[in-house]
Amino acid sequence: MNGWQTLLYKEVLRFWKVGFQTVGAPILTAVLYMLIFGHVLQDRVKVYDSVSYTAFLVPGLVMMSVLQNAFANSSSSLIQSKIMGNLVFLLLTPLSHWHWFVAYVGSSVVRGLAVGVGVFAVTVSFGRPGFVAPLWILVFAVLGAALLGALGLIAGLWAEKFDQMAVFQNFVIMPMTFLSGVFYSIDSLPPTWQMVSHLNPFFYMIDGFRYGFFGVSDVSPWISLAIVGSALIGVSSIAVHLLKIGYKIRH
Amino acid sequence: MPAISFQSVSKTFNPSRGAPGPVVQALDHVGFDIQPGEFFGLLGPNGAGKTTLISILAGLSRASSGQVLVHGHDVVTDYAEARRQLGVVPQELVFDPFFSVRESLRIQSGYFGVKHNDDWIDELLSSLGLTDKANANMRQLSGGMKRRVLVALALVHKPPVIVLDEPTAGVDVELRQTLWQFIAKLNRQGSTVLLTTHYLEEAEALCSRIAMLKAGRVVALASTSDLLKSASSNVLRFKVDRELPEALAAQARVTGRIVQFPAHNAREIESYLAAVRETGLVAEDVEIRKADLEDVFLEVMSDKSISTTAVAEGTV
Repeated sequence: MNGWQTLLYKEVLRFWKVGFQTVGAPILTAVLYMLIFGHVLQDRVKVYDSVSYTAFLVPGLVMMSVLQNAFANSSSSLIQSKIMGNLVFLLLTPLSHWHWFVAYVGSSVVRGLAVGVGVFAVTVSFGRPGFVAPLWILVFAVLGAALLGALGLIAGLWAEKFDQMAVFQNFVIMPMTFLSGVFYSIDSLPPTWQMVSHLNPFFYMIDGFRYGFFGVSDVSPWISLAIVGSALIGVSSIAVHLLKIGYKIRH
Repeated sequence: MPAISFQSVSKTFNPSRGAPGPVVQALDHVGFDIQPGEFFGLLGPNGAGKTTLISILAGLSRASSGQVLVHGHDVVTDYAEARRQLGVVPQELVFDPFFSVRESLRIQSGYFGVKHNDDWIDELLSSLGLTDKANANMRQLSGGMKRRVLVALALVHKPPVIVLDEPTAGVDVELRQTLWQFIAKLNRQGSTVLLTTHYLEEAEALCSRIAMLKAGRVVALASTSDLLKSASSNVLRFKVDRELPEALAAQARVTGRIVQFPAHNAREIESYLAAVRETGLVAEDVEIRKADLEDVFLEVMSDKSISTTAVAEGTV
């Protein structure tokens, strides 16, 4: 393995060693959402004509878990290394900012997908969605995880304390994922909230991802792809730039 | 080509946002070269700028102005090659709690693109007395063991230039011996060593050349033997039963009951003893010894006049 591959491997090994917390826990959370919301809302919420609510909920929960865990991976790894001081071992290496970016975002994608597959495996028995366009499923899962991994990198570089990270997680990531249409189709919202939802990039990730399962979505998957792709490029550029200037890590 | 070349390196720290306070000049046009194969000591009191200078060398920090080269590679513009040449043992006792000692070493090796490195890792583990801890998690190790791992991590890619930032702070005698034997061996085999330490007897024993920093400036730069020569050649040392009068104490180094006067010749020694006798004090356990690096250090730090001579003698 060369330098960046080693860093990618180390980052994957890091979360895998505490897999109970990093993969097991989010799967359990998703099952609880499924049991509670699935049970309560099964006959109350109407989504696309031919799709049962639980089947609708499965891809939403999967994508939500993918996104949250991709963010958690890069952000928590960085902040822990910064606070423990062991980031110095990495800072002393010849790895470039691009190597850091690829390894941190890559491991976030791996964790996001691992959790996603796990959540899918345990929730699919509640309501089986179709697999109309599997390529779209993969594309949105990978792009979404990469986008959140890059966002986690920025948050990990910026935060100096765990509570600053918690602010980012609880006041940005959580609301944006919850209000992105995981639990409902935005068609059912009043027009104002529909418009607000359209400003949330997380909505396009979930909507595009869900299109892959049902072949139906609130907006065209191509529009979602364009928006998610642009957001990924924008966020990645910022992350790479911060790594290049050593933002808050090289003084 | 020098192994390390500091060229007029300055570093200023601005006060953090909102906090009052002046701009701090941590380093002020520091410039000197370290030749390949040298065992070089960087000394200075706390806050003199030693760690800042090493951080700039290692790429952990950036100079406000000036340039640092490692075997001709600029640490900013050609950082990858410069860092390949360097093995840095950081001052802080840091570790990654997720991995065992061997895993940490393999990973660090991988960052530098070094493949199939298990033989060297085994040699490092054995030389540093870590073999039986190879599979222990880093969390389970004592402070001394963690320090050994830090040294092994710095050396895992066989760097030609080894930088040790106070490696023996809070370390027991046995580890100091092991560590110095190992580093001295690497130095004999051709590695360049840059060492900062507060243990001046270590620096005197190990380093062939020394730079002293004070408030971000080089105040002495010379071979260890020249430095020792440049200081007062002798030290008059004795014990007293009561406190020395202030005027006399100001000229001496007083540690509890022990009083030490720097002295160049017998006349000076006689006059110090006479001055003590006049105060009515009795000097016990009187001895005259050769000045050591600690005496030189204290003299340099308190006296500006020595700095110019020493710098002139050294290779700037």
